[in-house]
Amino acid sequence: MTTLSLHGLRKTYPGAGQAAVHGIDLTVESGSLTALLGPSGCGKTTTMKLIAGLLTPDAGEVRLDSAPITTLPPERRGVTMVFQNPLLFPHLTITQNIGFGLRMRGLSPDRIEDSVAAMLARVRLDGLGDRRPAALSGGQQQRVALARALVLQPKVLLLDEPLSNLDPSLRDEMRQLIRGLQQETGITTLVVTHDQAEAVALADRIALMLDGRLAQHGPPQDLYRRPASIAVARFFGGVNFLAGKSQRGIFHSPLGPLTLPTGAPEGERILTLRPEALHLGPGPNPRTAQVKAVTFLGTQNRIDLTVDGLLLQALTTPDLAAGMAPGTSLTVSLPPEALWLLPPDGTRGTGGPTGPVPPTLRA
Amino acid sequence: MRPSLRTLAGLALAGFLVLPLLPLVAWSVARGWRFPALMPDQVSAQAWTFALSSQAGVLASFATTTLIATATTLLALLVGLPAGRALGLYRFRGRGLVLLLLLAPALLPGIAVVFGLHGILLRLGLAGTMPGVILAHLIPVLPYMTLVMTAVFARFDPAFEQQARSLGATPLQTFRSVTLPAIMPGLMIACLFAFLVSWSQYLLTLAVGAGRVQTLPLLLFSFASAGRNDITAAIALLYILPGLLILAVTARRITGRGAALTERLHP
Repeated sequence: MTTLSLHGLRKTYPGAGQAAVHGIDLTVESGSLTALLGPSGCGKTTTMKLIAGLLTPDAGEVRLDSAPITTLPPERRGVTMVFQNPLLFPHLTITQNIGFGLRMRGLSPDRIEDSVAAMLARVRLDGLGDRRPAALSGGQQQRVALARALVLQPKVLLLDEPLSNLDPSLRDEMRQLIRGLQQETGITTLVVTHDQAEAVALADRIALMLDGRLAQHGPPQDLYRRPASIAVARFFGGVNFLAGKSQRGIFHSPLGPLTLPTGAPEGERILTLRPEALHLGPGPNPRTAQVKAVTFLGTQNRIDLTVDGLLLQALTTPDLAAGMAPGTSLTVSLPPEALWLLPPDGTRGTGGPTGPVPPTLRA
Repeated sequence: MRPSLRTLAGLALAGFLVLPLLPLVAWSVARGWRFPALMPDQVSAQAWTFALSSQAGVLASFATTTLIATATTLLALLVGLPAGRALGLYRFRGRGLVLLLLLAPALLPGIAVVFGLHGILLRLGLAGTMPGVILAHLIPVLPYMTLVMTAVFARFDPAFEQQARSLGATPLQTFRSVTLPAIMPGLMIACLFAFLVSWSQYLLTLAVGAGRVQTLPLLLFSFASAGRNDITAAIALLYILPGLLILAVTARRITGRGAALTERLHP
């Protein structure tokens, strides 16, 4: 069991104007499965290669427990990275591929054979050991790549987008396999992904990276319900933002005073409410809304509303949305327990907004 | 391609390659063969007996040529492998210039450089020595080696090496167990080229070796100009031997399983 920690890790590629990784501090708890989440180009893979020793940081340190490993070559770190592409060595059989790392360590052929056979069974590929990688499907290749890393029993396992090359039907299976093997072995694991749903379903904790910086790190529920900035909220599908002032449990907003949950911070804030938490019907903090548009999304319907000229968005089940034609008036309510206050933009949100200004702020 | 067309093409190719060699075989065993006779009057092993005897110097010359071509190939590999890797994998400032400089010896006629080169090697005390000849042979050999290796590395994904390192392989282990198997077919082609370019050097060997380094092409030429068609033919047949031999040994690796390997690296 090993704790992985990054201290002020920084990397700028030669010739690039902007740093790819801007000083990251992150502690990945021993035995945890942490997702390093972020949009493409935010520096996730760079961070992972810095940990694996495949890139050298400009500044900062990587530690396993308290021992710095920043200057060690990749093969002596006890950290194994599995790339997005399975990268199975084409001239070796599946068995030889899985045994590659053990062979490099100079283990006896008998011991290698035993470990590889056990590993093949664990990733449910028994009987395929003598094949060449090209004879395997994409999903099977990905499992071999995982087995090839796990058989080394690394202190830290790094997985770069392990599901992105798979068909949607195989993703769930692979996700369960990763989760199961990780819990079984207890290896501290960091998974890079750009897919927030995947991160939420897979990981104990999520470290969200935006523009080369760590935006928030915590359990998935926290990033959903208690985002640290507008950028984090928006990354997790937040669309409703209201600027205003919090005073003694009341939020003074363009929609008038709104009752806040107890313990809400005071001062200039931005209020956010997840679209699925906006209640269509009477309740606390009621307002009259006009339906602007209804969009069918499959399992959910998106309803665009205007309240006092401000745009709000709600997600609801299709049967609740039935009969809500554009132009209809209805009462909506903003449940206090679902209201979350963000610091005013730019003061704490490290990432800054990445998209256009939310409609409710523009109004 | 239909089988019949394939067979036809194969026959035509074999004809072009083999037919010109048949008169050589005939000459090497001919004893008196005058115009307009279609075949030699008498068959004899005289030319072969002479060519294979120690006094002719053919065998010694064969050994010298093999040594020079092997050394040239290995030295060229030492430079061409890393150079080809850099040129094939990375885009850097001045890459075009490096390629042009590499190609320059292949574009310039040998006769243009040979005299200046001889002067330099004389001052270095390398004129008329085997190391001098090897150095001179590197000039036409290096472009072939480097350009083939550049093409090989342009198709190689260095992520395989990173993956090997992350799985605990040292840089040397990574080269041996991951890089080398992947580049092997191209590497063999490059070495084959290099060996044969050195093997067939005439002008550079003549000028730099100053007659003291007697390679097969030199010997061949002197017998040819002396009008000994039978001995020339025997030496010529010995001369094409390594090319055929290397081709036979490596053909399977180059075209068969080995070639499939690099293709599979990049599906």
